[in-house]
Amino acid sequence: MARITLDHLAHAYKPNPEGAGDYALKEINHVWSQGGAYALLGPSGCGKTTLLNIISGLVRPTRGRILFDDRDVTDLPTEARNIAQVFQFPVVYDTMTVRENLAFPLKNRGVPQDRTIARVEEIARLLDLARVLDRKASNLTADMKQKISLGRGLVRSDVAAILFDEPLTVIDPHLKWQLRSTLKEIHRALDITMIYVTHDQTEALTFADKVVVMHDGAVVQTGTPDELFERPAHTFVGHFIGSPGMNVLPCRVEGAAAYVGEGRIELTRVYPGLPEGRRIELGIRPEFAWLRSRGQGLPVRVRRIDDIGRARIARVEMDGKPLAASVPDALVIDGEEAALSVDPSHVHIYADGHLIPGEPLGRGGRP
Amino acid sequence: MTKTVNNRAWLLVLPVFAVVAFSAVLPLMTVVNYSVQDTFGNNQFFWNGVAWFQDLLDPSKELGGRFFEALWRNLLFSAIILAIEIPLGIAVALAMPREGWTVAVSLVLMALPLLIPWNVVGTIWQVFARGDIGLLGWGINRLGMDYNYTGDSFDAWATIVVMDVWHWTSLVALLCYAGLKSIPDAYYQAARIDGASRWAVFRTIQLPKMRRVLLIAVLLRFMDSFMIYTEPFVLTGGGPGNATTFLSIDLVKLALGQFDLGKAAAMSLVYNLIILVVCWVFYTVMTHTDASRERVEA
Repeated sequence: MARITLDHLAHAYKPNPEGAGDYALKEINHVWSQGGAYALLGPSGCGKTTLLNIISGLVRPTRGRILFDDRDVTDLPTEARNIAQVFQFPVVYDTMTVRENLAFPLKNRGVPQDRTIARVEEIARLLDLARVLDRKASNLTADMKQKISLGRGLVRSDVAAILFDEPLTVIDPHLKWQLRSTLKEIHRALDITMIYVTHDQTEALTFADKVVVMHDGAVVQTGTPDELFERPAHTFVGHFIGSPGMNVLPCRVEGAAAYVGEGRIELTRVYPGLPEGRRIELGIRPEFAWLRSRGQGLPVRVRRIDDIGRARIARVEMDGKPLAASVPDALVIDGEEAALSVDPSHVHIYADGHLIPGEPLGRGGRP
Repeated sequence: MTKTVNNRAWLLVLPVFAVVAFSAVLPLMTVVNYSVQDTFGNNQFFWNGVAWFQDLLDPSKELGGRFFEALWRNLLFSAIILAIEIPLGIAVALAMPREGWTVAVSLVLMALPLLIPWNVVGTIWQVFARGDIGLLGWGINRLGMDYNYTGDSFDAWATIVVMDVWHWTSLVALLCYAGLKSIPDAYYQAARIDGASRWAVFRTIQLPKMRRVLLIAVLLRFMDSFMIYTEPFVLTGGGPGNATTFLSIDLVKLALGQFDLGKAAAMSLVYNLIILVVCWVFYTVMTHTDASRERVEA
C-alpha cells in the first residue's frame, strides 16, 4: 500500500541525451495516490510502457526519482519494490499447475507453507480460479492465464501497486468486459493502487477514476473521464478521446466571438492577450454541435451522415473545413445545404494545441 | 462429399518411385541379397538362409561377439558424449550474449567447429594429441602424466570424447540459444517481479521453453555419435586393439577389410534397423509433445 510519486522523472534510451527529442519520456511530475485506479492512455510509442517499466523497476530512469510513500526506490530492483505487473501477453509458468503458479511468488519469498496455501485459496476464489487450481496452467485459455498473472501479483499481501500493460490485447472481445469488471471488483475489494496502460479509450475511461493522457513522451492531461471529455487540455486529447474526436478548426478570436472564415461563433469567455503569431484553433466536440435546417445557424454543406448506433453523426464542411456534428432525431435534411448550431459553453480556444483558459464574460470587457 | 478417384494420377508419382527405386530400394535390396548368401570367391554365391543373422545375434559366436562388443562400445560412447554435450551446450547458450556486437562474434566462433570437414577434425586432433609434436599430448606428458592415445585405450577414449565435445557442443549450444532467444522478455520480467532466483528462472522458464530444441539436439547428437566413423578412423583407426572400434568402423573392417560380404550385409541391416527404431521413438516422443501442446492452444 503506497502513494507513488514521480519526481522530475525523465528517460532516454540513448546513453547521452541532448535535445528533448532524445527523450522517450519527457520530464514528468506526478503523484499516484494510494488506492486509486489510474489509466495511462496514449497511442503506441508515446512512452507509456516506458513509464510503467520505470515504476516497476525494469527500467532505470535517466533523471529524477520515484518515491513509494516517502521511500526513494529509484535504485531498488524490481523484486524489492512490492510491485506486481500484468503483461500484454499472459505469462504463466508452463510446467506448473495453477496452484503452483499462484504460490510461486510466496515460495520465492520464503512464506510459510500453511499461509501460502490459505492465501492461494483466497485469491483463487476472488479470481474465480478455484475450479482449475490443480490443472496445468499451460492448458488454459488466454483470459484464464491473464487471471493467473494477476493472481501472482495479488497473492503477495505487501503489494503496493499493480501495473497492467495492455492486459486485454489477446483476450476475446466478449471476455474483455468480464475481465475488466473483475479488475474493478478486485480494485474495490482490495484497495490497491492500479495503473493500467492502454491505447484503447473505452478501456481507459471505463476502468479508471483518473486518466493520464500521454502524447509523444509527455503527459498532456490528467483528469477524470468527464474532465477529459468536457475540457480537453490539448487538441490531441480532444482528438484522441471521443468517437468521433473533437473538431478542431483554425479561427480568429475577436472579443467574445470566434470567426471560422466568415462564420461567427459566440463564446462564453473572452481571451484577452491571445499570443500573437501562434496557431489559434477552436475546439468543439460533435456532441455539442448540432445539425440544423438551412438558415438556422452557420451555413454548412453536408457530405455524409453516419449511423453509429446510438446516434447519427453528420460529416459536414464549413468554409471548406471538415467537421462532425450530431444529427437531432427528428431532423430531415434535403439537399446538401444545412446549418450548424453550437453550444457556446463547450467551445474551447487553443493556441498551438494548448487550451487557453480565457476569462468569464463581463470582466475582460466586451468590445 | 464424394471423392473423385482418378487412377491416372498415379502416373505423376512414377518419377518419384523411379528415383527412390534407384537411390534407395535397389541398393538396399542388394544388401538384403548379400545377407542371405555366402561366397568362396570367383563371384560364385550360395544360398545361406538366415545363418548370418543367427550368428550376428548370438553373442557366443565370433561374429555376434564382435558385433555386441562394438554395439555396447558405441552406446557407451553416445551416452558419454550426450551426458557432456547437452549440459555443456545449455551452459554455453546461457552464457552467450543476447544483444550487441558480441552476438555476431560469438555466433561465428560457435559455428566454426561445425564448418570443419570431419576428417580434418580427426587430423587436427591426431596431430594435436601426439606426445612428441602435438601441443596437447606434449603438454600432458610434461605435466607428469603418462599420456599416449595410440597405446592406451583409456587415453584413446578420452581423446575421442574430447574431440567430439569440441566438434559438436556448438551445435547443441546454437540450438539452445535459438530456443532461449524465442522466450519473450515479459517472462523474465515477470520472474523478477515474482522474486524468482536465477535457478528458478532456469527451471521454470528457460528449460521448459528449450524442451523442444533439446529433443532435437539429443536426437541429432545421438544419431551422429551412433554412426560416428570418420574422426575415430582418422585418429585411432579403431585401436589400440579394438578399444575404439565403433559399429561403423567394425562394419567397414568386416566388409572391405575382410571382404565378408554376407556377414557385413547382415550387420548393416541390423545396424540400419536399430537406427530406424531409435528415430521412430524420438519422432513419436516429439510429435506427442507437439500434439499435447496443440491441444493446449486449441
